Parts: sequence; C-alpha cells; structure tokens
Amino acid sequence: MVDVLFFAELQEAAGSGKINVEAGGLSINELKAKLKSSYDLVDLDSAMTAVNEDYSHDDVKLTDGDTVAFIPPVSGG
Amino acid sequence: MTNKFRITEEPINPNDCIEKVVRNEAGAVNTFIGTVREFTRGKRTLFLEYQSYIPMAEKKLRQIGDEIQERWGDTDTVIVHRIGRLELTDIAVVIAVSTPHRADAFEASRYAIERIKEIVPIWKKEHWEDGTKWIGDQKEKKSYEKKIPLEEEMCDG
Repeated sequence: MVDVLFFAELQEAAGSGKINVEAGGLSINELKAKLKSSYDLVDLDSAMTAVNEDYSHDDVKLTDGDTVAFIPPVSGG
Repeated sequence: MTNKFRITEEPINPNDCIEKVVRNEAGAVNTFIGTVREFTRGKRTLFLEYQSYIPMAEKKLRQIGDEIQERWGDTDTVIVHRIGRLELTDIAVVIAVSTPHRADAFEASRYAIERIKEIVPIWKKEHWEDGTKWIGDQKEKKSYEKKIPLEEEMCDG
C-alpha cells in the first residue's frame, strides 16, 4: 500500500487529504491513471509529484510504504 | 540550529528570526517580511488561508538556505512561514539573512522569497466577498509544465 497525499484544490476535489492505495510496483503515471478513474481530479496533471518528500519524475516506480504527494502549483510567500 | 527553517501556525516575531542570524562576522542583516495585502488586481481580500505539506516544506526551506550558502558563502539564513488563517496585514513569511557585506544580504533574501514561490509546498487560498480560490503558479514558471523543477532553474533564481 502507498499513502497518497492531496493538497489545496486537489484535496477539495478528492474530498480527503490522505488516502491509501494499492500501488506498489506502479509508476507515478499508472497511479495517476488509477486515481483519475476513481476521483474527479482534473487538475492532477498540472501538479508536481513528490515521493517520500522529494520531487520525482512520473516514470518512477513505487514501492509499498512510499508516500506520494501531489503538489499543485505552489503559492507561498 | 534545528528550527531555522520552519512552518508555524503561530504569529511570527521578526526579531526572533533576526536574533538567530546575528553574529560577529556579519556586517549586514537583511530581512524580508511578507504580509497579507487587501487588494490584488482590484479584488478585495477578506483573509487568507495557508496550507502546507509541512515536513517537505521545511526540507525545501532548508534547501534554500543551503543554496544561499553555496551561492554567496559565509551566510546565515532563517526562514519561517506561517500557515492557517491570516488576517490583513498579518505576517505570512519572514526571511532573515546575515552576511559580511550588505549586497549579498539583499540579493540572498530576494533569492529566498523567489525560491519559496517555486519549490516550497505551501498554498494560499484567497477568501473574497464573492468566493474563494486556491492560488497557484504566481510566477508562471515552466517548471510546472515539466512537473519537476529543473536543475538549471534551481540555479536561475
């Protein structure tokens, strides 16, 4: 299982800040496709992805226990 | 040293940040204070709500401090960003940088606030009289199209 974190508008679209997904062995791209089939996440493709708190590319393969965060364009400051 | 780069739900005291970078070797301490503005492009803000992916945000703030040290050398940096509900004029972020000479302190604190808007997972939700919106991509950087900040963009500032 992989923890998936949503923030800002993605959190509101998903209706949750954190979900648990069967995604060990999947790539980020495959996880995105899986999420889009269950949730209405139109903004998912404009988000960056972090795996275990580091920005990551979409072809990275996930391992059970990973934490994936979808990071919409940031607006701190 | 442990809390020089942090996210907090409490009001930020700029003097606490300054004290952490004051040292004998420094001839300059530059601070940047970001505050909540009432009008943006003619639209009145009632208040702001900030959210963060806190552990990653604190790591990225520390990374900015490391980048400043690499670029300017002999620097000491503190960055504190507040989250939660912020009212007009409240302080959202304080950056303090000390360096031996003033030019580096000015440049490095400018660099820090620009980098925050590129790589630190913090989001701002505008609350207006007629609605709300999570704000994103204020800098319209191409890095968001590519999903990950590129190494050369990391160095562009």
